[in-house]
Amino acid sequence: MMAKLKKSGQSYTVVLLLVMLAMIVVMSFVSPYFLTLENFKNVLNQSSIYLFLVVGMAYVIAAGEIDLSVGAIIGFEGMVMSNLYYAGVPAGVCLITGIISSVIIGAFNGWLVAKFRINSFIVTLCTMTVMRGIVLLVMNSRTRYGFGPVFAFLGSGQIGIINMPILMAIIAVIIADLIMRKTRYGVYTLFMGSNEVALSRAGVNTRRHKISIFAFSGLLAGLAGIVVMGRLNSAEPLAGTGYEMDAIAAVILGGTVLEGGKGSISGPFIACIILNIIKDGLTLLGVSTHYQEIITGVIIIISVLVSGRDMRRKSEV
Amino acid sequence: MDSYVKLNHICKNFNHVKALNDASIEAFKGEVLAIVGDNGAGKSTLIKILSGVLRPDSGEIRIGEKSYSSLSVSEALNAGVSTVYQDLALANTLNVTTNIFIGQEITKHGILQKDEMDRQARKLLDDLDVDIPDTAEIAGNLSGGQRQGIAVARLVNRGGNILIFDEPTAAMGVVEASRTLKLIRSLADKGMVVIIICHNLTQVFDTADRVAVMRHGKVLVEKPASESSMHEVVALLTSADKILGDE
Repeated sequence: MMAKLKKSGQSYTVVLLLVMLAMIVVMSFVSPYFLTLENFKNVLNQSSIYLFLVVGMAYVIAAGEIDLSVGAIIGFEGMVMSNLYYAGVPAGVCLITGIISSVIIGAFNGWLVAKFRINSFIVTLCTMTVMRGIVLLVMNSRTRYGFGPVFAFLGSGQIGIINMPILMAIIAVIIADLIMRKTRYGVYTLFMGSNEVALSRAGVNTRRHKISIFAFSGLLAGLAGIVVMGRLNSAEPLAGTGYEMDAIAAVILGGTVLEGGKGSISGPFIACIILNIIKDGLTLLGVSTHYQEIITGVIIIISVLVSGRDMRRKSEV
Repeated sequence: MDSYVKLNHICKNFNHVKALNDASIEAFKGEVLAIVGDNGAGKSTLIKILSGVLRPDSGEIRIGEKSYSSLSVSEALNAGVSTVYQDLALANTLNVTTNIFIGQEITKHGILQKDEMDRQARKLLDDLDVDIPDTAEIAGNLSGGQRQGIAVARLVNRGGNILIFDEPTAAMGVVEASRTLKLIRSLADKGMVVIIICHNLTQVFDTADRVAVMRHGKVLVEKPASESSMHEVVALLTSADKILGDE
């Protein structure tokens, strides 16, 4: 059973799941406020924004690339949508335009990486910086408020007992997981991360595929941006700052190899929840946010050491 | 008998370097053609032109009844040309079935039919007598011979009838190299056009029906292996033929 899971690459996901369950049990004993429906919803709510980014980042990293611009896309999209909204454009059109602008930025990143063979770290670092500059310039470094009921519903509304951001994020995770495991698109993404030249020799248009992966990451960052703006009912010029690092951390902790070629959606999904359980638990225990950052960093280093052990062993053989 | 593949007067320059200088070569169905030559002789460039990876500056490529001035990778694949490169073009982090079916996945309504692909992969490997017990195994965990087997299975699955092998036994042990060459031989016996690039002359003369010797971007000699010898090939490769001729 375990051997089969190992070959299918799911053994690490099972380990993560057990870690998550163990953490829930431990935190339940440590804090009486942890195992409550409200706190459970709070953890998922906090995770939802990151889940969008994590899903997109999982694809990008599985393909052997990186996208540092997702946090900046959240800010940029906020600027686009708030400009339109303040100009009297209906909320629905603002949302669609915001999403389209995010996809275009993602596709532009991919085009630069694929066409000119520039390292994606450099490309997305540059677009991130450019977008941050444009947003600060256009918004005059000021936060804008008041975006009506549609945004508020998407950011903090509910369907039944489920919060909209959670519902949207879970749907995104399920769709992305199915695409990764069940379709050519997922196979090509992993194959690209493992051996891009071979994928090209197999007759696959690797340039187009790479652009689509970055566009997909942009799309998900755009969805995250809508939730951020709706939840706070505001468009902040620095919204999403540093979110890319949390997304990368969850993807790596989730078992995706930074060099590409190996990864899943389920692993980063669970890892994202774990990281947010840690933050939530430490907050309930009254631990300073500074310590939370340190603990999160240490956990990621340990996970990278553990998950990278097999690869190092193989390279030594 | 007419040749099935013919490259006529191919020239290819990389800036000021003449990689191919009026090179011509032909290959027949049911035979193994070995191309030998020193590093920089133009063997890989010639193969890449036939595979659509490179475009020639001039010359003609003829496959069956069709003539091309150049090919793209997809055109070459559609014309039946499949190539196993020296690096085998495998994804080491993915399993055997995925590697065999890459670019040729079986889908239904856009969903991968993994069970069917596993079944066909198993049958392909068995038909080719490739010893890989489990198609779910990760390619990077397998031996050089097994990995070569995956690459060959991919070619056969693609349905190509012109199979090109670039250094098929590089970095292999004696037993594995022998198995791989036997596999290559069996493909030619099934009526396919098989072209191999190989440095090991013993293996060339054990496997090939015809030998083409390249030097400085030209095909110097192309003849049946039975009418040539290792001594002659070495002489051609090292320019000793000229020295011997002068004497």
